[in-house]
Amino acid sequence: MSERNTEPGGVINEVVTLRYDYSLGEVAGKFMEGLKQGKILATSCSKSGLTYLPPRAYCERSFEPCDGWVEAAFEGVIEASTIVVRGFQGKRNPPVAIAYVKLDGIDSAIGNYVDGLDLSNLDAAQKRIAPGKRVKVKFGATREGRITDFSFVCAD
Amino acid sequence: MSMNHTVAVLGTYQTEFKTHDPDHTFAEQAQIAAAGALKDAGMTPGDVDAIVFSLAPTYFMGVADADRWSIDHIFGAGKPMLRVHTGGATGGSAVQAAYNLVRSGLHRSVLVVGAERIAETPDAQDVLNLIFDVFYERDMPLSTNTSVGLWTTSYMARYGYTEEDLARVAVRARRHATKNPHAHLKGLITVEDVMASRMISTPLKLFDICPRSSGSAAMVVGNMDMAKQFCSRPAFINGVASRTTTYWIGDRMTPTTDADFTDFVIAGEAASVCYKQAGITDPLEQVQVTEFYDPYTVMTPLQLERLGFCAPGTALRLEKEGYWDMEGGAVAVNPSGGTLCTNPIAVSGLVRAIDAATQVMGRAGTMQVPNVHNAVSSAVGGIAQFYNCTVFGDQPHGH
Repeated sequence: MSERNTEPGGVINEVVTLRYDYSLGEVAGKFMEGLKQGKILATSCSKSGLTYLPPRAYCERSFEPCDGWVEAAFEGVIEASTIVVRGFQGKRNPPVAIAYVKLDGIDSAIGNYVDGLDLSNLDAAQKRIAPGKRVKVKFGATREGRITDFSFVCAD
Repeated sequence: MSMNHTVAVLGTYQTEFKTHDPDHTFAEQAQIAAAGALKDAGMTPGDVDAIVFSLAPTYFMGVADADRWSIDHIFGAGKPMLRVHTGGATGGSAVQAAYNLVRSGLHRSVLVVGAERIAETPDAQDVLNLIFDVFYERDMPLSTNTSVGLWTTSYMARYGYTEEDLARVAVRARRHATKNPHAHLKGLITVEDVMASRMISTPLKLFDICPRSSGSAAMVVGNMDMAKQFCSRPAFINGVASRTTTYWIGDRMTPTTDADFTDFVIAGEAASVCYKQAGITDPLEQVQVTEFYDPYTVMTPLQLERLGFCAPGTALRLEKEGYWDMEGGAVAVNPSGGTLCTNPIAVSGLVRAIDAATQVMGRAGTMQVPNVHNAVSSAVGGIAQFYNCTVFGDQPHGH
C-alpha cells in the first residue's frame, strides 16, 4: 500500500478482498451436472406450457413450481448479440462475441460466447451474428460443470 | 380535487458533476445538496418532516449503505428516513416515494437527497459484472455497456438503423448540455467524432455511452399548505408510475415473451398510467420538455416511441430532421444534455426530475425552455428491469 496522502484533497487507498461460497441449489446443480454429461437441461411448467433456460424452479407466468425437465436442442436462433471490444479483467481477452440464443423447443434465450468467428472486421462479424441468424451448440473438450462448457458457433 | 392530494416541488439543488470530487466526502456532498434545496425552498430543517435517501449500489464508493453515514449531515437525526434503491431508476423512485409520503397525508413535506461517487473505484466494470447471475451469466463479459450493446443491435436490426443514426442522439445531447452549468460532458461534437470514438461493445462506441459522474442532488416536495407558505410558483407532481420486469434478459426477447426487451414494453405501460393521471392525451402537444434517463444513445429513441411522442421505429428518423432539438424542435428533449452527458447513478433519476420540475417552475436558468406547462422525467434501472416516469405541471391536475 502506498504512503497515505493526507493533504486536503488527497485520497486514501484501500484494497478490499472478499470471498463467497454461492449455494448452487437443486435446479442449478442439476443443470451443471447435465453440462458435465454434454446436456443442456431446461425446466418446464405443465400449467403454462413454457420451458425455461436457464432453468427455473418456479414458473413466473403460472406462479406454480416448474414440474418437468427437458433437454434443449443443440441448434437455435440468435435473439441479441454484441462483440465486446473493451473487455475487463478475469474474463476472456477481448474482442469476444456473445449472444443470447433461443435454442429450438425452448421458450427463453440463454447467453454464451460465440466462437469460431473472424473478428478482424467488426462490421462483417456483427452481420454474421445478427439477430435471426442460426447457431449450433458446441461443447468444449473438457467439461467442468459451468456455463462456459459450451459455446455457440455459426450454423451456416 | 382534494387539497390533500396535491403534491408539489418546492425547492431543488444539484451540484456540478465531474468524475472525481476530491474536495468533499460522500456525506459532505449529500449535505451540500440537502442544504441547497432547503435554501432554495426558503425552508429550515424543521420544516421537513421526513427524508427519502436516493442511493443506488454502494460498491462503487466502497462504503456499504452510505445512507447511514449521511444522517447527521442531512439533518436527518430524529426524523423518519428511508433509503430507496432501484439501480439506475433510484432517483426517480425516490421522488415517487416522497410523493406518496406526502400524498398519503403522513407528512407535510419530504426532503429527497442523495450523492454519488462512482469513480471512487477503478474496478467499476467488475462491480457491474456482479449484478448478473453468478451461475449462468457472470462468466461472460456482461456489464451495463455490453448488455445495452445486445439491446442496441436488436433495436437497429428491427428498425433498420445505422450507427450514424444513433450518433446524432449524442451530438444533440452534448450540444444541449452546453447550456447546463451542472453537466459533466458538453460541447459541440459531430457524427464523425462519435463514429471515431473507441468501440466498446458493438455497436456502442465511447460517445454512445454516459460518463461516470460524482456529485449530489436534492429536492423538497410538500403538500398544498407548504406550497402556499414556501413557493409562489411550484411544479405540481401530476402523474407518477413505475413498472418492473423479469431479471432474465433471455426471457424478454423470444416469441413467447410478454416483456419485449427491444421495444422496452414496461416504459410504455408506465407512461400510459402516468399520462392518464396527469391528463396527458397528446404528449407531443401537451408536453414541452422531456428529461429522459438516457445513459446510452439508444435509450432516447426508445422512450420517445414508447412514451407516445412518435410511432415505433421512427424516432431516429425524426432526430435527423431536428424534431428533438431544444430550439426549433417539436419538443425539447433533454435540454440538460441528459444522462448521456452526466450520470451520477444514485441521483441521475433525481437530477432528471429536478431538470424537468425547474423547467415548469421557470427556474431552469440558462436551460430554460419558454412556456413550459408540462414536463416529463424518467429513470431506468437494472438491465431495464425498473422503469418510472413522472409528469410535472404548472397547474395541479387531480387524479
